[in-house]
Amino acid sequence: MTATTLPASGRPRRRREAIAPLEFTRRRWLKLVLLANFIFLYFPIVALIAFSFNNSKRNITWQGFTFDYYVKAFNNTGLHDAFMNTITIASISTVVSTILGTMLGLILHRYRFPGKGAFDSWIHLPIVIPEVCLGVAMLAFFTMFKIPLGIFTVTVSHIAFSIPFVAVVIRSRMSGFDPALEEASQDLGASEWQTFWSVTFPYMLPGVVAGALLALTLSLDDFVITFFTSGPGSTTFPIKIYSMVRFSVTPEVNAASTVLIVLTLTLTVLAMWIQSRSDKKAKADG
Amino acid sequence: MQEWRKNKLVFSILLIPPTAWLVIFFTIPLAVVWIYSFGQRGPLGETIIAFSLSNYLRTFEWVNLYITLKSLWIATVTTAICLAMGFPLAMGVAFAPPRYKNVLLLLVILPFWTNLLIRTYAWIAVLRTNGYVNFFLEWVWSGLDWLFGGLLGEFQPLELLYNQGAVIVGLVYVNLPFMVLPLYATLEKLDKSYLEASLDLGASQWRTLFSVTVPLALPGIFTGGLLSFILALGTYLTPDLLGGTNSIMIGNLIAQQFGPARDWAFGSAISFILMYVTFACLWVKAVLAGREGAVNY
Repeated sequence: MTATTLPASGRPRRRREAIAPLEFTRRRWLKLVLLANFIFLYFPIVALIAFSFNNSKRNITWQGFTFDYYVKAFNNTGLHDAFMNTITIASISTVVSTILGTMLGLILHRYRFPGKGAFDSWIHLPIVIPEVCLGVAMLAFFTMFKIPLGIFTVTVSHIAFSIPFVAVVIRSRMSGFDPALEEASQDLGASEWQTFWSVTFPYMLPGVVAGALLALTLSLDDFVITFFTSGPGSTTFPIKIYSMVRFSVTPEVNAASTVLIVLTLTLTVLAMWIQSRSDKKAKADG
Repeated sequence: MQEWRKNKLVFSILLIPPTAWLVIFFTIPLAVVWIYSFGQRGPLGETIIAFSLSNYLRTFEWVNLYITLKSLWIATVTTAICLAMGFPLAMGVAFAPPRYKNVLLLLVILPFWTNLLIRTYAWIAVLRTNGYVNFFLEWVWSGLDWLFGGLLGEFQPLELLYNQGAVIVGLVYVNLPFMVLPLYATLEKLDKSYLEASLDLGASQWRTLFSVTVPLALPGIFTGGLLSFILALGTYLTPDLLGGTNSIMIGNLIAQQFGPARDWAFGSAISFILMYVTFACLWVKAVLAGREGAVNY
């Protein structure tokens, strides 16, 4: 501490460039605030990932690097089954919700129809309703109609809450679409079907891919709704991690979590990349 | 945009499948819960369809009212902390030089893409008695202890987990991006010449912040605030994992009725109350946003 407080004259004074009034990011207090926020945002996740490689069961001090817990997690049959369930549910949910969501997005983009405002609010409801409410509603519904809880009920629920998200993505993608292109195609003799496949769909495609990846991550990540709609044989990855967490915090859970983090991050970054690439292309094409 | 009558066939082919799915697997389930909310719990825990308001009246019993009020309180505190942390964060990102802006923004949203369960679980390791925070405190403590020659004695780890504080920390963590993104959007669009004018006319930085920047950013503050409030109010997972028995919130109360308590009628009534509160918040937001449609964000 004492060493740094040299007399002012002895210290080589670096002349700092004057900070313009609105260059907040160059002000020290804001830099500190940003730093504190980022530590808050990243510390838990980074610690979790780092300690999944820690060669110690209980200790939070670093004992050396190991892949043991990944091997353990991989050989844990419960986790294994849960992972397979997750993949099955997520793939079916993604395909169905992407198709249905795209249709819905197109409807909202293309057509004027009576009651559109109300329809629009209605399809946004699954996005805004608290997840617990949706979860218990699904549970009550399946029980009332005597549908046994299992992979089917989970998948069906995932599709229901993913459709609106896909529709929103498709709609925003289509908002930049020039309807004159479709008219031109039809003027040149293409049928409506041909126009859709060779003019509209290629334009829409990045949106479809982004929507599909969003639906996939939503399904992979969902805990609350799955919790209420899954039966004994349909445990998903998050549900399995949850039941392991209830017992204790172990490096094995950290390892399993890290796998899920990496998976979701990869998918999201991929979606972003596809979207930004298509935006750039759209700009370049004018 | 086309008139739907121009091609009724295509319109109905596109409309019917997704609408049917959402009617069957979204609206009907909600309708079931709505009907259940007027029902009664049978002797074996089954739900008897009846037409009574007793479930709604039960929410005013002190035990349940207490949980509701506490949830509102936790959601308010969470929102306030999110705003206090999120505003400077959003400002930092919005006023950053262009080449850093996207990177900073990405850094804000990145944690948001990891699973909610995992993000919440990660806090257990941070806050538990043998977690990182206590580990750090112990390290500081033993340093001071050594300095003072053993005057401080043995370190007593703090009970940071399984209480209301832990729930608030977890909720702030999860909801921060929902606060920062709308704030960033308004601050980014804001005409910076107003700020320059204020500074040129002699106002201090603080004065400019509170009399110019904050008022101009009000739409973002409201949107972000309402989003984080709604999400915090309806949360289930965070109090379930980080809260103790005394810090359950509305979401947990609902789950409890559908799980161990097996009183689905009462659980349905609370679900609907929670949904009504959510809609009221969204309605306020829509009115404030100037009739931009009820639920677009």
